[in-house]
Amino acid sequence: MAAPNGAVPAIEFRDVQKRFGDTVVLDGLNFTVAKGDRVTLIGPSGSGKTTILRLVMTLEDLTDGYIFIDGEPLTHAEVDGERVELKPKHKTEIRKRIGMVFQQFNLFPNMTVIENIIEAPVHVLGMSKEDAIEKARGLLDQVGLADKEDAHPLELSGGQQQRVAIARALAMDPEILLLDEVTSALDPEIVGEVLGILKDVAESTDITMLIVTHEMQFARDVSNRILMFDGGRIVEEGTPEEFFTNPKEQRTRDFLQAVVADPITGALPWQPAPGASGTPAAPATPTTPSTTSTTTQDGDPL
Amino acid sequence: MNDIWNWELAWEALPTLLVGFFTVTLLVTVVSTAIAAILGLVIAIARRSAPKPIAAVIRFVIDFIRMTPIVVQLLFAYYAFTNIDPLTIGIAVFGIHYSTYMAEVYRAGIESVPKGQWEATTALSMSRRRTWVAVIIPQAVRATVPALGNYAISMFKDTPFLLSIGVVEMVQAGLVFGGNHFKYIEAITLAGIIFLLASYPTSLLICRLEKRLAFRN
Ligand SMILES: Nc1ncnc2c1ncn2[C@@H]1O[C@H](COP(=O)(O)OP(=O)(O)O)[C@@H](O)[C@H]1O
Ligand SMILES: [Mg+2]
Repeated sequence: MAAPNGAVPAIEFRDVQKRFGDTVVLDGLNFTVAKGDRVTLIGPSGSGKTTILRLVMTLEDLTDGYIFIDGEPLTHAEVDGERVELKPKHKTEIRKRIGMVFQQFNLFPNMTVIENIIEAPVHVLGMSKEDAIEKARGLLDQVGLADKEDAHPLELSGGQQQRVAIARALAMDPEILLLDEVTSALDPEIVGEVLGILKDVAESTDITMLIVTHEMQFARDVSNRILMFDGGRIVEEGTPEEFFTNPKEQRTRDFLQAVVADPITGALPWQPAPGASGTPAAPATPTTPSTTSTTTQDGDPL
Repeated sequence: MNDIWNWELAWEALPTLLVGFFTVTLLVTVVSTAIAAILGLVIAIARRSAPKPIAAVIRFVIDFIRMTPIVVQLLFAYYAFTNIDPLTIGIAVFGIHYSTYMAEVYRAGIESVPKGQWEATTALSMSRRRTWVAVIIPQAVRATVPALGNYAISMFKDTPFLLSIGVVEMVQAGLVFGGNHFKYIEAITLAGIIFLLASYPTSLLICRLEKRLAFRN
């Protein structure tokens, strides 16, 4: 899983442990995300996906281990064999390279749309107000809300609020963008417009993205790597192609089956329904016996 | 007939009462409310951001102030700071006393700001100061306007306690007037009516302010 050619990865988790009280959520997690990668984390609810994103955004303290951003330690470093916490100032500096879009949007309701977007560029990056406004207008245009700059967030629909939140995150020119189920709070008919915008962002920038989503089609379109989590461990990883056409692990198949299969035919959306003429065998239909060995029940991480 | 209520005397008492009202009652209410509103916010923020031991000390002082009657505090300050004039003492004591209540209101207001707002400020790398000033305080204060207004009215109604330290506010002015005319009922009744006439519109004003401050939805 190391980054190719020894290039410095955008994100590295090294022996990361996260506990909430007695609950061990992540136990010695290791993985890297190369610069420009679009990595989607999938897995059942409670498997620790959100926790991973929140650790990167420093919204949670890690219990043990290290996270590196561009090779630099995020919150803790090893000094003379000791694990020491870094100064808040250091965290803030590194954090500026990371943006996050939340499931619940979290726009500031006391500010207008444009004020939400220029707040951090002006007060954190020290951009002039004029430049920030110009940039914000460009971003609002990009997310299709050019006419809403003076609206207040609560006057907007959920989908519009989430588009503003995306613009707000992009206004900071993040190197890394974290997306945690950004469409889960939206009505189904709005999901597409938000995902469409993110797809555009993915195509038009080289931002490293770490994505948690249940929208498998989106994961397939946008990401170049997928990590399947269960119980805080990586059960399987691969390209979307490998993942969705030929998942290796039974648990991955079960998960995909549960999340996306057509409730009537049992077919996955990117596969023709079983029984349709000229169909290759659909490996993940409930009636198909497992063709994989079951020795990985405990899912040793890779 | 004129034994119970004397209109002439009531009419005569009015100017004295109004002087007491404007020069002391209203003045103390306005200045002390301002002090309480600002100091209360400072206390609320300090309690949340200060290191644990300091926060505990602040909490103890607040509880102490809230658990003792304002008259006792007035008298204490009056006798402890004999070099300060009673009106100033009154204003300071009212301001500090009510700041402890307002701090509690702000605390609830701050807690009512969803966790996601704090997280968004972290995700945007906003400074602590900017987080408070631009995001948390504006949202927290909105929710607290009605309670703050009610404390202002309640302070207004507490101002007669100032007579315990010899400050001639409206009620004391009425008592002096009554003493001079050997008849108290007119002045005291009028004072009550003036309180009502001032409180009621203020409470309506607070209601309107509350609606205006609500987030457009
Ligand atoms: N603040 C918290 N306190 C206690 N337990 C938590 C907290 N946040 C998450 N957890 C627990 O950590 C586990 C992983 O949660 P999460 O990262 O949200 O999973 P996912 O996003 O994959 O659904 C769950 O068992 C959850 O209950
Ligand atoms: Mg989650």
